[in-house]
Amino acid sequence: MESLYLLIPLSLALVVLIVVVLFWAVKSGQFDDLEGPAHAILLDDDGKKTAESSKVDPHQ
Amino acid sequence: MASSAIASNAPDTFNYKVVRQFALMSVVWAIVGMLVGVILAAQLIWPDITFNIPWLSYGRLRPLHTNAVIFAFGGSALFAASYYVVQRTCHTRLFCDTLAAFTFWGWQLVIVLAAITLPLGITGSKEYAELEWPIDILIALVWVAYAVVFFGTVIQRKTKHIYVSNWFFGAYILTIAILHIVNNIEMPASLWKSYSAYSGAQDAMIQWWYAHNAVGFFLTTSFLGLMYYFIPKQAERPIYSYRLSIVHFWALNFTYMWAGPHHLQHTALPDWAQSLGMVFSLILLAPSWGGMINGIMTLSGAWHKLRTDPILKFLVVALSFYGMSTFEGSMMSIKTVNALSHYTDWTIGHVHSGALGWVSMITIGTLYYLIPRLVGEKEMFSVKLIEVHFWISTVAVVLYIAAMWIAGVMQGLMWRAFEADGTLTYSFVESVKATYPFYVIRFLGGLLYLSGMLLMAYNVIKTVSRKRFVEAAIPAVALQPAH
Repeated sequence: MESLYLLIPLSLALVVLIVVVLFWAVKSGQFDDLEGPAHAILLDDDGKKTAESSKVDPHQ
Repeated sequence: MASSAIASNAPDTFNYKVVRQFALMSVVWAIVGMLVGVILAAQLIWPDITFNIPWLSYGRLRPLHTNAVIFAFGGSALFAASYYVVQRTCHTRLFCDTLAAFTFWGWQLVIVLAAITLPLGITGSKEYAELEWPIDILIALVWVAYAVVFFGTVIQRKTKHIYVSNWFFGAYILTIAILHIVNNIEMPASLWKSYSAYSGAQDAMIQWWYAHNAVGFFLTTSFLGLMYYFIPKQAERPIYSYRLSIVHFWALNFTYMWAGPHHLQHTALPDWAQSLGMVFSLILLAPSWGGMINGIMTLSGAWHKLRTDPILKFLVVALSFYGMSTFEGSMMSIKTVNALSHYTDWTIGHVHSGALGWVSMITIGTLYYLIPRLVGEKEMFSVKLIEVHFWISTVAVVLYIAAMWIAGVMQGLMWRAFEADGTLTYSFVESVKATYPFYVIRFLGGLLYLSGMLLMAYNVIKTVSRKRFVEAAIPAVALQPAH
């Protein structure tokens, strides 16, 4: 099964890449706040008519 | 966060043009791809329905159907949704408009070339990777441009945090690039003929490593990115557990890559590789269901919205089908179950519960959310028609997959039935004959699903016609609420 000599190292390399990215994400504080980001997308009002301005709603 | 709030004061607009181009083409390609599917279903009932015209023969139309629905319909929808989500969540315009326009025109060219070459019988004969080498190169170029536009946008984001959907999109873009390139290493013999670098069981392993992960990343990871953005937005509630969504992402990425051999159970593949594929497929159930529960529980406390909001119905029923088909997939990877299901129509049923139930429904819900916003409206022309579309689609999927389940299990049982003297109880053609009524039910299910898409096309035309397309202004980064 020569193809596995390609696929297994490739998959392992990807695992290493995933680990590196995961460590970067954790270290750079991507996952420090696991509540705020879920609410942040809801504060972005993309549903208003375009005639109105895009100011942030003061009630938020 | 104060610094990022100041940084985004420059008045600028989002690039909605490429989003609406992809979104509208997605509807067009859905109809084309599903129409070809219905023709194929009809051919299985009435083999002469296309008058034996070679270009319309089953073997040529089948890859056209799969390519059209996966890469043309699904692909266009993914481009549209990922470009929209990455801009909105990063509070910045897409990186490089020219390159974004290239991804649109390049991708459409790939689709048109596929629609010409596949009926002509020009094929690399690898499932879900049939397109010949010149088109493969074009796909690779478009995909690299897509990666540059997407990651460029993430890099120039005005928010510190990268929203979870973008992680899913990023993983899908990177993985598809690797899968496409490794699987399509081939030696051209002429302009429209090439030979794979791999052969025999090696080729089968590479092919199913590709195809399994193409399903995993093109049709699952990416659409989970849609789920994590559009379900909270449409429900106007934050995702049930943001923490779980992060765990879901990393767990999925660590496990998905290893499950490919389950497509080759009971073949020339070494037994340990088959077992490895099976074990990872079973492990995969955990992140899959974690994600499904996370999405559905987002509605906890607001279940009443499901009664009145047909877009939410599409999104949540899509998740239910996701949960169902990931469970089914894990079960089918078990060797003993696979011994019954492999090569039968059960597999077709499984694929379509994922494709029609999960992928299409989450896409349809997303498009119904997206399209009015691209013309500066809040809602589609007719919400009532969305409701009708929802029920048509749901009934259609149930008809389709129930017919294929029954047909598949029946075929599996007939093929393995032995007489006392060791001879087969049924000839193959007897199982084909027994399947006939289920092919008719499947055809009706497919036809129904297609008619729902036509309804959608009408609704979309009514929504966008005589409207100006908008380029929404980029809002300032809102300060995150204290908690």
